[in-house]
Amino acid sequence: MLERWSVFAALCLLAAAATAAPKVEDSIAQRAMACTLCHGKEGRASAEGYYPRIAGKPQGYLYRQLLNFRDGRRDYGLMSDLIAPLGDAYLEELAGYFAALELPYPAPQAPTLDAGQLALARRLVQQGDAQRALPACVQCHGQTLSGLQPAIPGLLGLPRDYLNGQLGAWRAGQRRAQAPDCMAQIAKQLRPDEINAISQWLASRPVPADYHAAPAHEHALPLQCGDLR
Amino acid sequence: MSGTRASGRLGIGLLFSLALLAAAGALLMAMNHLDEGHHSSAPAPATASTPAEQVQRGAYLARAGNCMGCHTRRGGAAYAGGLGIPTPFGTVFAPNLTPDPATGLGDWSREDFWHALHHGRGRDGRLLTPVFPYSNYSLVNRDDSDALWAYLQSLPPEKSARRAHELRFPYNTQLALAVWRALYFRPQVFKPNPSESAAWNRGAYLAQGLGHCNACHGPRNAWGATSADDDFGGSRLDALGWYAPSLHDPSEASVSGWTPEALRDWLRSGVSPKANASGPMAEVIQGSTQYLNDADLDALGSYLRALPVRTATNGPAGPNTSAALRPLGEKLYEVNCAQCHGGHGEGAEGAYPALAGNRALLMSRPDNLLRMLMRGGFAPTTVSHPRPYGMPPFSGLLSDQELAAVASFVRNAWGNRASDVSALDVLRLKDTRVD
Repeated sequence: MLERWSVFAALCLLAAAATAAPKVEDSIAQRAMACTLCHGKEGRASAEGYYPRIAGKPQGYLYRQLLNFRDGRRDYGLMSDLIAPLGDAYLEELAGYFAALELPYPAPQAPTLDAGQLALARRLVQQGDAQRALPACVQCHGQTLSGLQPAIPGLLGLPRDYLNGQLGAWRAGQRRAQAPDCMAQIAKQLRPDEINAISQWLASRPVPADYHAAPAHEHALPLQCGDLR
Repeated sequence: MSGTRASGRLGIGLLFSLALLAAAGALLMAMNHLDEGHHSSAPAPATASTPAEQVQRGAYLARAGNCMGCHTRRGGAAYAGGLGIPTPFGTVFAPNLTPDPATGLGDWSREDFWHALHHGRGRDGRLLTPVFPYSNYSLVNRDDSDALWAYLQSLPPEKSARRAHELRFPYNTQLALAVWRALYFRPQVFKPNPSESAAWNRGAYLAQGLGHCNACHGPRNAWGATSADDDFGGSRLDALGWYAPSLHDPSEASVSGWTPEALRDWLRSGVSPKANASGPMAEVIQGSTQYLNDADLDALGSYLRALPVRTATNGPAGPNTSAALRPLGEKLYEVNCAQCHGGHGEGAEGAYPALAGNRALLMSRPDNLLRMLMRGGFAPTTVSHPRPYGMPPFSGLLSDQELAAVASFVRNAWGNRASDVSALDVLRLKDTRVD
């Protein structure tokens, strides 16, 4: 008898759970659910790779990108439209939420280019090209390419298509930052085949175990960057 | 002989035509100079306010009119202009209102400003395009115009060159503007209705004047003219891809059934148990109404809640052709929507609006519902509600058919009743420009 009652009670509970109002927390994680439909669960990027991973990128970087989208310096209607009515402090809080997430990174993508192209990419990333006054990626993004607090992102663990897309957009003036736009200056000097090679090489690098943007420090950068002020 | 008579007749005919043309021209001129003379030379009104108080009042009024909404480019300096406003006749670029002498209003006078606001004329006497809603601003009294002027002149001057409007012929001509104005524009300062309360009159002054609510909510004719400053019968904002619902129709956005407190809270915060603001109305709340003081919000409320109730001009609901998509919509709803909006469309108070009985879903045209499904949206950040919840865009995730299915389902679940939506409706909306 008791057993039957407890089954009945359990069923009632189940029924109550099924019809209960949705559980909505008053939290930043709940609010960030408007972002993760595209950017993947907890912002770890979707399978298609078009929408980038945002989890674990420096807060200052994410915040500035949100401002760039909202204020028309970056050009993606869906994103600009969505955050148009949001205030600075709230955007910074959302940026901080995703920045603080510690999530595993995807496996590297096997490159499809020949060794010569990959060697060229590696040279550009690690040494730049003095003749063209092209700084090396590592000069700003760090020797391990893990980025620098508060606003320089890491370059590993990102899909090849995304990297290609961003460098291409910078080159074409589709992606912009506050002036002086250092990344635009660099991308405009790169040839399309160099951009492709760099994207391939970066995406093929495994993400090291302790992969975090280096703490902020006085660091002479090779170029002036408006978004780092 | 007959030749002379014929040429004489021709001459008389020509003279008559010329006279007719001249009379038409004179009438057109006269129609474009109505209400001028007595106001334009009016001395500064005797106000007890100091210049600083006047500037402060002007800042408040600029909020009430949401001047920044058009006169600030996305990410640009405040009031420095440059934003393109799409219209069916071409794009109009809002000018720089800061006191920069070369590119802004630096060499304008208080008088020039009054002419622009009240008569819709530029400093050089040119007729301004009515995208600058002078049909509304004409109602603004001289005292308020002077305060606005004082405020704009107190802004830091910004160099921001004026961009020429990109209007198609003949809408880019002064003659077309003169004819339009003769037909549709009568400058007149707001006249209070003595049979209504002071609060109602203040609300009417704000809603019809600086607030220019009918610029979105009022139906427009083929020439872009609104019917009256107090007609808020609903209008499709084709250039923006939104429908501004009727403020007269209880099945759309009439607030006749709202309590004064609920309406005040909504205009201040952008959220209420009944509706979250999004799109252009979120902009209005964020840039304008959230800054209005209690007295003005209550005045606006007493006016809006008392608007005559009538059915929207949006047209009757379309025929309910097929309910075939609803089962698919129900499945998609459970996976994608129920987590926030609840298994029974009950929503989550303070965060996600209820869908059961939600008027925004059930209007005869599903445009706003489809727009929200496709592009998502947040309620605005406001002082009293700084961290709004939002909805993600589903356009990349769901096909046109699936979006139509979700829309058809939510329009007909939990006691809701509205026409079903087809994939064609979704496609049609995708074709409209979205900024």
